[in-house]
Amino acid sequence: MSFLDLFTIVAVSAGAFFFLAGTVGLLRFPDALTRLHALTKADNLGLGLVVLGLLPHVDGVLGGLKLVAIWLLALLASGAVSQLIARAARRTGPRA
Amino acid sequence: MIETLNIGLALLVLALAVWTVVARDTFAAAIGFVAYGMLLTLVWVQLRGVDVALIEGAIGGGLTGAMLIGASARLRRTEAAVRAECPGVATRLAAALVAACVTAALAVAVLALPDPAPTLAHETAANMAATGVGNPITGVLLAFRAMDTLLEAIVVLFAMIGVWSLAPDRAWGGRPGRLHRADPDGILAYLARVLPPIGIVVAVYIFWIGAALPGGKFQGASILAAMWLLVVMAGLTDAPPVSRTWLRLALVAGPVVFIAIGAAGVATAGAFLAYPDGLAKPLIKVIEWALLPSLALTLALILAGAPERPAR
Repeated sequence: MSFLDLFTIVAVSAGAFFFLAGTVGLLRFPDALTRLHALTKADNLGLGLVVLGLLPHVDGVLGGLKLVAIWLLALLASGAVSQLIARAARRTGPRA
Repeated sequence: MIETLNIGLALLVLALAVWTVVARDTFAAAIGFVAYGMLLTLVWVQLRGVDVALIEGAIGGGLTGAMLIGASARLRRTEAAVRAECPGVATRLAAALVAACVTAALAVAVLALPDPAPTLAHETAANMAATGVGNPITGVLLAFRAMDTLLEAIVVLFAMIGVWSLAPDRAWGGRPGRLHRADPDGILAYLARVLPPIGIVVAVYIFWIGAALPGGKFQGASILAAMWLLVVMAGLTDAPPVSRTWLRLALVAGPVVFIAIGAAGVATAGAFLAYPDGLAKPLIKVIEWALLPSLALTLALILAGAPERPAR
């Protein structure tokens, strides 16, 4: 096993851990705002680490750039959508 | 290892399908359907059907999901009344019995299929060179089975006319959907300014790569439609009144070009939708370029809904 393989395993496992933690947070946290906070950890850090771990294994620079672009788009979407949900949650007040 | 993941995926899809059917809340069921579409996309990727996966993600999960969420929002006011007149046990048992029979008949039919299944894949592969395109799916959709694709494009147009026909008399010919107002400095307006340039590039890329790799006009068109709807929902622009002549011309342009090229095939190649030798690839390109804007507009207008506001 080369150093790059080890790097991939560590980074993707760390990413998977953040997804797991985000999911647990989504299920366990008490209200909409804290649940959003848990979800963004999965999107930002989890997906970012998975992409980082996969980078050494893509063929060519273009493939790597596409992976990074997917991560950036997911960041943009999750950031914007969490803002919208949070604003709607604040306007309508807390609901269990 | 991958076997275990596949079995887990299949179980998850089945469980989510059952949950979507039994969920009492319409909105929750619509969200379940979107998640179901996303999981089904993964299933298609696992089956090596990346073209189908892209369509399932864009249209099955995305576009249909957005339509269902919109519909559930409109049904919210009447939901309690509908629940109150829930059918009796006998009716529900009969419905369950009929559904179980249909499922059993389908299962028997699938299990009775000959193994290996009859396939035209070899003939398609042997004749791909005649079409000049590299992606066999595109070859099948626009050369060997072009008739199906033509009818699909027209069916989508009919669906849109069906949506329009729900317009109340006073709004006929007016602007579809509600007037969207959003904070002009808010995050939605920001997203609607940042995302469309990226989305248009991605849509054209997916459309362009469809000649050689998975991708194509339906996938590209649904991304374009999503971008336009994002701009409309952020209140940066308004949907055009459906009575506009340019709009109607743009909607039918794609199918008209398709039919015209097909009719020309009768004279030049001896059959409707046949391409003359050596011209297959350029003609396929022309049809695809003509269909892309028409499809994008049609899909966007289906999502925008029936005309609700007078054109003014």
